[in-house]
Amino acid sequence: MKFTDEFRQPELIARTADEIRRAADPARHYRLMEVCGGHTHAIYRFGLKDLLPPNIELIHGPGCPVCVLPMGRIDDGLTMAAENDLIFAAFGDMMRVPGTHGSPLEHKARGADIRTVYSPADALKLARANPERQVMFFAIGFETTAPSTALTLMRARAEGIRNFSVFCNHVTIIPAIRAILDSPDMRIDAFIGPGHVSTVIGCRPYEWIARNEGKPIVVSGFEPLDVLQAVVMILRQLQGGEARVENQYRRVVPWEGNRAALQAMAQVFTLRSYFEWRGMGFISQSALALNDAYAEWDAEKRFEVPGIRVTDPKAAQCGEVLKGVLKPAQCKLFGKECTPENPVGSLMVSSEGACAAYYQYEHRKEELISIPA
Amino acid sequence: MCLAIPGQIVSMVEGTAHGALVEVVGVRRRVDVSLVEPDGIAPGDWVLIHVGFAMSKIRADEAIDQLRMLSVLGEEEAAKQEARGYFDEESP
Repeated sequence: MKFTDEFRQPELIARTADEIRRAADPARHYRLMEVCGGHTHAIYRFGLKDLLPPNIELIHGPGCPVCVLPMGRIDDGLTMAAENDLIFAAFGDMMRVPGTHGSPLEHKARGADIRTVYSPADALKLARANPERQVMFFAIGFETTAPSTALTLMRARAEGIRNFSVFCNHVTIIPAIRAILDSPDMRIDAFIGPGHVSTVIGCRPYEWIARNEGKPIVVSGFEPLDVLQAVVMILRQLQGGEARVENQYRRVVPWEGNRAALQAMAQVFTLRSYFEWRGMGFISQSALALNDAYAEWDAEKRFEVPGIRVTDPKAAQCGEVLKGVLKPAQCKLFGKECTPENPVGSLMVSSEGACAAYYQYEHRKEELISIPA
Repeated sequence: MCLAIPGQIVSMVEGTAHGALVEVVGVRRRVDVSLVEPDGIAPGDWVLIHVGFAMSKIRADEAIDQLRMLSVLGEEEAAKQEARGYFDEESP
């Protein structure tokens, strides 16, 4: 067993792993998708795959905000900033994501005014501190992050700060899960539900997955024991022929979500009729835009959006990996042209991207193993 | 980005909307607590922070577990950098 000494409750971990082996039908192959990139990272880091019997396969889902953003949106944002002399503010996760003419960091090296912020509120502070400049916040993230952008916009409006705008790329998790379930090449038995997205949306929005699709979904925390317990809960449901939404992460996730966060989102955002996801194409009602009350702060209404569309490099198979059809190492570029130091696709950039996580932990392990003694 | 950073509320910041001074991985920063205010919060309480906003109230032992997990995941340095990165109210 790997990293045993780092586990908080090693005996409990071992017991839970035993429980999994007992609950799994050896005649059956299980495909469980962890929706959230945070889970993907934890699964690789803790070597949780090694604790599961070989007939339980973990499929990595689309829940990594940086990974699902099409390159064209990055190009759009950078172009809008350059053409309108904007301060381009974004999270650190975005800085190394490749655009057609380089990442935001490379644009900065060439003289663009690009700032890393750790909070949308800090982007607003940049606007306060630079009243003669226009600041555009490049917003990304699922429902975990969207409420923070909403509250920041509400503050901008209340204070009448007009040199601030948001280029909104917030996406929502439910339509992505639906797209995966509708995808003909996908066969998933159950889902490990996202932890921190669910602190906002709660557990109810997943009910259709159980009711209409007959798939169990268990919202899970990020510790090794959390993920293993979620697997036990899933196996028990499958064993009993049940499909329910369960909440393993009750210590953080309330069943009803965070009402204040949902209200803030409802005040500021509207659903886009469709949005492009990297590797998954256009998904209807899968992303947020600012509503009319916030038009003044909407970068897409204030500045011309080039609407750049970039086809991902043919050789890179980000889409297949993102949907869980391929494992990271099955992509032709993995570990060769595409590495964390020199990423071709965005899944290699963020630590929550399946490729970066796999490269950091699994790939190296294989390299070590292959060294002749 | 999906991982949240635990912080302990030091004091509520008077005269600002929804602000609290929070100690996050060894640094004190102002964090927006409006999303957890309905749960009732006070100095000494622990919250999970995501991009400068407290997302949920948690128990002290859970906060310590979460910190430990960030460190094992190799995210502790990133968390510190993020916490340091939140602007001070005084600074621009």
